Amino acid sequence: MSAALASRAAEPADLVIRGARLLDPRQELDAVRNLIVRGGEIAELAEPGAGTEPEGAEVVEGEGMLVVPAFVDPHVHLRVPGQEHKEDLETGTRAAAAGGYCAVVAMANTSPPVDSASILGSLRELAEQEAAVPTGFLATVTRGIGGEELTEMAELRDAGALGFSDDGLPIASARVLRRALQYQRLADGVIALHEEDPELSGDGVMHEGEVSAVLGLAGIPAASEATTIARDCALAREEGARVHVQHLSARASVEAIAAAKAAGTSVTCEATPHHLVLTDEAVRSLDARFKMNPPLRTEDDRAALLEGLRDGTIDCVATDHAPHAIEEKEVPFEEAAMGVTGLETAFAVLHTDLVLAGTLPLELVLERLTAGGEPFGIPAPRLEPGAAANLTLIDPAQEWTVGEDGYESRSENSCFAGRNLTGRVLLTVAGGAVAYRQRSFALGVAE
Amino acid sequence: MKHLLGIDSLSRADAERILERAESFAEVGRRDIKKVPTLRGRTIVNLFYESSTRTLSSFEIAAKRLSADVVSIKSAGSSVDKGESLKDTVATLTAYDPAAIVIRSPHAGAAALVAGWTDASVVNAGDGKHEHPSQALLDVYTLRARLGSLEGLKIWIVGDVLHSRVARSCLHAFGLMGAEVTLCGPPTLVPPELGAATGCAIAYDLDGLESADVIYALRMQRERMGESFVPSLREYVTRYQIDSRRLGPRQLLMHPGPVNRGIELSPEVIDSSQSLITTQVESGLVVRMAILYELLAGSERARPDRGPAPAEPPRIGQPA
Repeated sequence: MSAALASRAAEPADLVIRGARLLDPRQELDAVRNLIVRGGEIAELAEPGAGTEPEGAEVVEGEGMLVVPAFVDPHVHLRVPGQEHKEDLETGTRAAAAGGYCAVVAMANTSPPVDSASILGSLRELAEQEAAVPTGFLATVTRGIGGEELTEMAELRDAGALGFSDDGLPIASARVLRRALQYQRLADGVIALHEEDPELSGDGVMHEGEVSAVLGLAGIPAASEATTIARDCALAREEGARVHVQHLSARASVEAIAAAKAAGTSVTCEATPHHLVLTDEAVRSLDARFKMNPPLRTEDDRAALLEGLRDGTIDCVATDHAPHAIEEKEVPFEEAAMGVTGLETAFAVLHTDLVLAGTLPLELVLERLTAGGEPFGIPAPRLEPGAAANLTLIDPAQEWTVGEDGYESRSENSCFAGRNLTGRVLLTVAGGAVAYRQRSFALGVAE
Repeated sequence: MKHLLGIDSLSRADAERILERAESFAEVGRRDIKKVPTLRGRTIVNLFYESSTRTLSSFEIAAKRLSADVVSIKSAGSSVDKGESLKDTVATLTAYDPAAIVIRSPHAGAAALVAGWTDASVVNAGDGKHEHPSQALLDVYTLRARLGSLEGLKIWIVGDVLHSRVARSCLHAFGLMGAEVTLCGPPTLVPPELGAATGCAIAYDLDGLESADVIYALRMQRERMGESFVPSLREYVTRYQIDSRRLGPRQLLMHPGPVNRGIELSPEVIDSSQSLITTQVESGLVVRMAILYELLAGSERARPDRGPAPAEPPRIGQPA
């Protein structure tokens, strides 16, 4: 998709999907067509029954199915190097492909963190061996995610860093962030921000509200996120810098972004499927699968996120896919690791809970799922002749239960485990090659 | 009932059954030989991840009075300190086939987790700042023994509500039995959301305290000062200490212990005739016997509809 992304070599696809509904809202394309991929490129969007099918191409009878541009996730944790017991590049990107993603952006809070060109270089080499979908890597803003000294951002950019983030932790010092934003003039690369005031979050483990009050759990107030977003957008505006705000969770945060955008700040932002469909009510169970940072908040916050997604204040959907081993979650809530997986369920969750429920149109959800690369300079995939094939075949009516067939990810900490969802990814083509086929789904061959 | 995990999930019938059983154990307690053979041959494990004197000793004595074999495991010196997970510890203990595990943990939800990992009955003896159901039941028992009923009673819980599992269990228990609860303390230590979520009134000063039938004071921990929850102990004492000036002659006083003398309570009210503090400790024993009985032996024998309801004696503050 882009030189900044790395993936293993794969054979370019020759593929025909006959008679599926092709939906690409960016091009106002919504029609039943024969989609023909030749040598990894989209060759034709032919009328049903028409088009030149490459000899020996795999053929899918796509009637009743949906073909959409594949999704791009601006926020995943692949856990390499150092935490391969949770995930590795192969399992994480396989999970991405299974969720219909053709590209992902990996966070840098690994062990050790990606804070030097040598670590980044070896990671990109590994991705060229293992990554099932094109993968971009962020480097950290500060050394060791210590929040104090800047990394060699210019060298990291030369070594292929897609951008920068200390995600997992906020950059607590306004002074340090300001220096990074100034240095962006040399190094370039968007700075992605996990927004939280550690002083306000304290030892909080969930949203501060009625549920935390009843459970006696220390809360993370919404203001922890919103005040930091306001601070950082003000800094970015003053420095003329570009920032991307990660995983919005609160109404006040959406309002802070809207105000910053209205003031001309160069800022984009994302929201996760779990924040778009769940609230802190889920935490009443004290099930650690609902523990993540930022935390699930109230129905009012959720409504604001949906409105922000609808009106474009929120630019894209990110999964914040955060795999953890079972033993890191099978502990009391307060002790459990923060984070949930999300790549394999994102589309089906949004389709089931928002599209089929009538809350958001499918076209809008698709636009936001495909836009995740744009903050980092990766254009959204398109269904158009001449473009590299980055597309996802979906059975919009297929019902499935999350986790019943296991996961492609190494970890099982899905907050949707056991949920019945409607809409399943059957096939993903990423960077021109077939990256995923759903197990029960067989292909034919063109004669 | 299989487990006692919290008051939030308890029905009034469950609570009534335990309280009535406790009354019958109180009668046993007045005999010379205070032991009954009910749980002979059964093992009860007390798994305490926090230091505790009164709750642990109360559960130990309760189990022994029921003739159970008791093992108490405290976090210090056990495998817990060697990094063993709660799940693995429970698996190890479950191998001994205990009838019940009584667990105290610094973490909310620990007892409920344990209940999912063992066949034994689980008693929550305090999970983080979440619940402490046996304390709430003994408090209700204490009040019923004194007043007959909690119906319509006005109870003020005063102090550090935010960090108190006792408050969270008591507000449910008092409400369950028909009392009106007010949560009172410094705004930093009384989350308004707790009032909104539970229907309790919220007060930030003691104006109106005179309307209370019962004042339930909470322990004020000194470390809260360092965390800027209150500016000074002096200001806390000035605003919230229950002293003889504030405790009316017709009001009852309770406290879950251990008391910080001279902080949340003045010495004279602790020893006053209105103080139920030592009665609470006595009640703890029979209520914990009743809890163990209910979970381990009560399934067939104890019926909520058993026998006539006790007549209601007149309440304090009510003309005879």
